[in-house]
Amino acid sequence: MSPAANKLGVVPAPVITATALTKKYKDFAAVDGISFEVAPGESFGLLGPNGAGKSTTMRMVGAVSTRTGGDLRILGLDPDEHGPEIRSQLGVVPQADNLDQELRVRDNLIVYGRYFGIPRAVVAKRADELLEFAQLADRAKAKVDDLSGGMKRRLTIARALVNDPRILLLDEPTTGLDPQARHVLWDRLFRLKEQGTTLLLTTHYMDEAEQLCDRLVVVDKGAIMAEGSPAELIRAHSSREVLEVRFGSDRNAMVAEQIAGVGDRIEVLPDRILVYSADGEAELAHLLREGHAPITSLVRRSSLEDVFLRLTGRTLIE
Amino acid sequence: MSAQTVSSNRSAMAGGARARRLGSWYVAEHRLLDMRAYAQTIVATSIGNPLVYLFALGVGLASLVDANLGDGGGGQVSYLVFVAPALLAAAAVTVATEEFTYPILAAFKWNPIFSAMRSAPVSSAQIANGTIIAVALRIIVTCAIYFAVMVAFGAVPSPLGVFGILTASATGVAVGVVIMAYTSTVEEDKGQMAIIMRFIITPMFLFSGTFFPLSQLPVYLQWIGWISPLWHGTELGRVLAYGLAEPIWLTVAHVAYIGIMLLGGWRAAQVIITRRLDK
Repeated sequence: MSPAANKLGVVPAPVITATALTKKYKDFAAVDGISFEVAPGESFGLLGPNGAGKSTTMRMVGAVSTRTGGDLRILGLDPDEHGPEIRSQLGVVPQADNLDQELRVRDNLIVYGRYFGIPRAVVAKRADELLEFAQLADRAKAKVDDLSGGMKRRLTIARALVNDPRILLLDEPTTGLDPQARHVLWDRLFRLKEQGTTLLLTTHYMDEAEQLCDRLVVVDKGAIMAEGSPAELIRAHSSREVLEVRFGSDRNAMVAEQIAGVGDRIEVLPDRILVYSADGEAELAHLLREGHAPITSLVRRSSLEDVFLRLTGRTLIE
Repeated sequence: MSAQTVSSNRSAMAGGARARRLGSWYVAEHRLLDMRAYAQTIVATSIGNPLVYLFALGVGLASLVDANLGDGGGGQVSYLVFVAPALLAAAAVTVATEEFTYPILAAFKWNPIFSAMRSAPVSSAQIANGTIIAVALRIIVTCAIYFAVMVAFGAVPSPLGVFGILTASATGVAVGVVIMAYTSTVEEDKGQMAIIMRFIITPMFLFSGTFFPLSQLPVYLQWIGWISPLWHGTELGRVLAYGLAEPIWLTVAHVAYIGIMLLGGWRAAQVIITRRLDK
């Protein structure tokens, strides 16, 4: 899919261009020749399991880790030569919080703003706005250690925004958070997206990718398996609906053999059987007619999880 | 290239240039703010330590030494005057050891601010620089307070002695950067820091001509002093504080030894930190 053209029909230059991007540690290729482009204002995701090379990619895009092969341009600049220039335009939310626990909440923002040469008075005002945005205004003087996981995450995001970045890099932004904290965070990220901030995020949560990404690549073992919008990927690699049936872990495999041919395709997982079909209810009715009575059954829409399973033969969270 | 990208690159260029110029100072500013968390300890120990040491050694032990030797064992001056420059240099080394062991491990691991800094426009070498600058400032302040207490005790006969603040601080930083280069290689704390303190810093403190002239040691132990930056720093302090008589080449050697250690250790710390953070 090409980035949206503006009124004059001019396609804006991509803010990130990776071409056959590679990172090798000795013989091991953590990132093995991936190519993608991110347009300004776009929300782009790297979806894949742990160890797929997502974080390494983010560190290269973040102009911290040096690539060992291929080409990379951020805002048209080569990170090998223009690391500080590129980083001055980025906001980075790493996978593990790296807030300064010696400093209070608000001071974390102020100290960080200074790295971008923002005058103290300006950064102080900006810190207050960002605390408001991150819903932490009443915690300004708190110690970082006293914040909940979700609050720390929001503070990390606020810190990443202190320089008003052109691109925000988010590495697994909601991993380890409870569902409520995740939703609060998604809401904040959605607002940034609405304001036109370019987001590059990695996740192994399909619902997060579906919520936040305009477009994404599915990565596995350092390579791109597929690319498109969540809807496109589901259309291309899965059926409209999925019927999930459970016959008990000792019987699933056996039943799966008996019902082979039902639906478009069948996947057997240790705990359940997935029947891919345009009409899940119809398949369920068919199974019941054939005398297969599952312990539980569920019909749902196809998700990116199914796309991943189809492409790699594995589930995202193992 | 679109107008939007051009304008963003102009601000990128400006942002990058600023960080290249001032990045080390941004890091130093951050580290100094971190020190605020234990500012009271810093102030209390800076004033308390010289009082305790000068009373115990410069007054207490000195009465015994001066009464028995009459010349403080140093040959020229009272024991208080002899021991004070050594205590000053040792204080600098102590602060350096404190600041370049656990706080460095912490900045990589337990309170991983180095990785946060690295995402900002500063380079890994600047992270090393800023950390060293901040600690150097703390050491200079500590030494200045120490020196003021020495003056109050009447331990500094020569006005040149004031430069001892700088030579002692340089000694501390020289030891500190070497420790920092090492701690930056430590991925997991298995007691290496305690080993540094017990088997390097403490023996250095005891065998660097601190409490008695190095020449009092048997010849086969004197090498400990010669390789010890603390001995070189102490002797420099003595030259400045009371005009310790030594050949000029030896004074030059003290300066060279500390200077080489400081620059070499600083560079090593930059390289090792870069290797670790830019992986």
